[in-house]
Amino acid sequence: MSHVLSLLVEDKPGLLTRVAGLFARRGFNIESLAVGKSEIPGLSRITVVVDVEELPLEQVTKQLNKLVNVIKIVELDPTQTVEREHMLIKVRVDNTTRSQILEAATLFRARIVDVAPDALVIEVTGDTAKVQALLKVLEPHGIKEIAQSGLLAIGRGGKSITERVFKN
Amino acid sequence: MSTESIPVPKGSPSKPAVSSQPAESSQPEMLTGSGAILRSLEMLGITDVFGLPGGAIMPFYDELMSSTAIRHILVRHEQGAGHAAEGYAAATGRIGVCIATSGPGATNLVTAIADAHMDSVPLLAITGQVFSTSMGTDAFQEVDIVGITMPITKHSFLVTRPEDIPATIAAAYLIATTGRPGPVLVDVTKDCQQNSAPFIWPPKVDLPGYRPVTKAHGKQIQAAAQLLAEARRPVFYVGGGVGRAKASAELLELAEKVGAPVVTTLMARGVFPDSNPLNLGMPGMHGTVPAVLAIQESDLLISLGARFDDRVTGKPSEFAPNAKVVHVDIDPAEISKIRVADVPIVGDAKDVIADLTVAFADATKNAKPDLSEWWARLDHLRGLYPLGYDEPDDGLLSPQYVIERIGQITGPEAIYAAGVGQHQMWAAQFIKYERPNAFLNSGGAGTMGYGLPAAMGAKVAEPERTVWAIDGDGCFQMTNQELATCTINNIPIKVAIINNSSLGMVRQWQSLFYDGRHSFTDLNTGHGTVMIPDFVKMADAYGALGIRVTKKEEVDAAIKLANETNDRPVVIDFIVSRDSMVWPMVPQGVGNSSVQYAREHAPEWEEE
Repeated sequence: MSHVLSLLVEDKPGLLTRVAGLFARRGFNIESLAVGKSEIPGLSRITVVVDVEELPLEQVTKQLNKLVNVIKIVELDPTQTVEREHMLIKVRVDNTTRSQILEAATLFRARIVDVAPDALVIEVTGDTAKVQALLKVLEPHGIKEIAQSGLLAIGRGGKSITERVFKN
Repeated sequence: MSTESIPVPKGSPSKPAVSSQPAESSQPEMLTGSGAILRSLEMLGITDVFGLPGGAIMPFYDELMSSTAIRHILVRHEQGAGHAAEGYAAATGRIGVCIATSGPGATNLVTAIADAHMDSVPLLAITGQVFSTSMGTDAFQEVDIVGITMPITKHSFLVTRPEDIPATIAAAYLIATTGRPGPVLVDVTKDCQQNSAPFIWPPKVDLPGYRPVTKAHGKQIQAAAQLLAEARRPVFYVGGGVGRAKASAELLELAEKVGAPVVTTLMARGVFPDSNPLNLGMPGMHGTVPAVLAIQESDLLISLGARFDDRVTGKPSEFAPNAKVVHVDIDPAEISKIRVADVPIVGDAKDVIADLTVAFADATKNAKPDLSEWWARLDHLRGLYPLGYDEPDDGLLSPQYVIERIGQITGPEAIYAAGVGQHQMWAAQFIKYERPNAFLNSGGAGTMGYGLPAAMGAKVAEPERTVWAIDGDGCFQMTNQELATCTINNIPIKVAIINNSSLGMVRQWQSLFYDGRHSFTDLNTGHGTVMIPDFVKMADAYGALGIRVTKKEEVDAAIKLANETNDRPVVIDFIVSRDSMVWPMVPQGVGNSSVQYAREHAPEWEEE
């Protein structure tokens, strides 16, 4: 079962090694990882998707919490969360397929960000299911290369994790 | 955590090498990074450090030379510095400090750091690092020690700017000594040590992610007290955390108020007095039969600062099968890690135990639980299965006898540091401990060679106490170079080599589980062998008093001579039987109910 964890961490050298090392050490596989600055200077947010059962997840959360540079960990409830992936897809085209591919991209509200005689680069954003669906449509044409971000996730509504941390 | 928790030592340390500074001066003193490390350690009240210099830590050693507040013990191998700092910490509860240079100096600390991590020892390891401009270039004696030690430290720091030194050392101290204690590594580049910056103390320590819980939830304490009031077969399962929390007095009060049996794990020997009739001894693989079976038959396990180690639980699914579990630990990650707790309590053992005592009194205002049936069963087991040993058939000394006599003659005020193996188990079983911090050993990591340097560190910390290293012939050969350190620095420890000429615990397992095929466990140090090395000659070469004991009637006199000799270390080579085994024993991988009192001898079962 996949779980999405949102970690608020201090932006310190080696932090990612500490987090990733902990997963590896305790035998957990990271499905996806996204790291970026948070809204607070000096703090970063890591969104990590991990495939584990409930009990080991609790254990890994507790172990992560013990890392001195980890400030807060929240498991995001998928029903109360906006989730997005970002993917760049380089797909093979020729004169006979180009219009077909452009049409598919439009249907998925994807954007063409680079055009070459024999290839297009398509940018798509969405939840995992949408991104995978587009990939499936493009696959028969020949996918030359993809670059994908980790899953980004944020809770719905007005509350923020950071507010909760720094309120008290 | 805020800066408030940084201790200010009583009395300002004397520092003749640096000019004193009026408090109201607006200009902070300029110090090199090295000077700042030294001053920070002094401000934290550190008085003893163990280390060995090398290129990348030379600027700091240059400063250290002139310190009068800090005694530096020059070891012969960095691992010795690490274990000595551990022994220092384990004997006192104060932080232990070890220092090494970059590269191999730092990697030689790794075993001790891992050991401290497993046994929650407050340890500060300071290592030199190559110039920050050379880092990552495979420079001479460069290793990524922060990276190497990441999984085995509570936290680690790399410092490249001298202005960051005070806050880093203060943070390292804070992290190592608070919450669940552990090792912290501070790696300092050589240019950081050489460059100067204003020294500001106390520094601002900013650790927003570090918030150890100490005060437990009141409702959970009530729930635990209620279970305790209702239990018919409760057991206090006491681990090393109670010792680290300095909660022995609170534990004694709680246990006596409840009147329930107490078992003390390897790391908790002495935390509860052995002379107290509530104490059933050590649980686990080589625990006493009453302690092992008490847990198996209990209906409530109150775990205090213990972590359900596999050497205690045996097969976890068969451990204490009928017991509810109250699990008290300062580290939330320990709770329900192995065994799901019915009542989890995160908090400092000292506070939790005191609160639990009060809550138990409240819960049993009307009727005190009657544990007489439980005690009848336990006393029956105690009567049937006392700890004991047989005299060896080969006419050689019994190792258990030797260790027992060392404890009896030297007494409970001494400190006993064991290596790892059979002699460690016998030291846990046959020396009677009455106070915490009296038995030091490598429990989690099982580090052979821990004993001698740990004893050295303990003796530095507690010079008035007699300190014995109970060592094996295998362990002794891993770290005996520190005898030179002991002799030269006037650290008169006593070393008992329980010389069975083999890697005894491995040999025991080979005898029991590998058809007696003794594959590479013969060390040729003992009876009927070439005796290489000759431990008595070795002691002599190190300037220690060397004694060889082969007969029972020589044992007492040798121990007494050792206890009376305080002008140099003493090494006694006790030539013992190699066939003695550690009993009782639960074979690995089975439930604890399969405990054997002696070979092929299982205890009787309770009729259900």
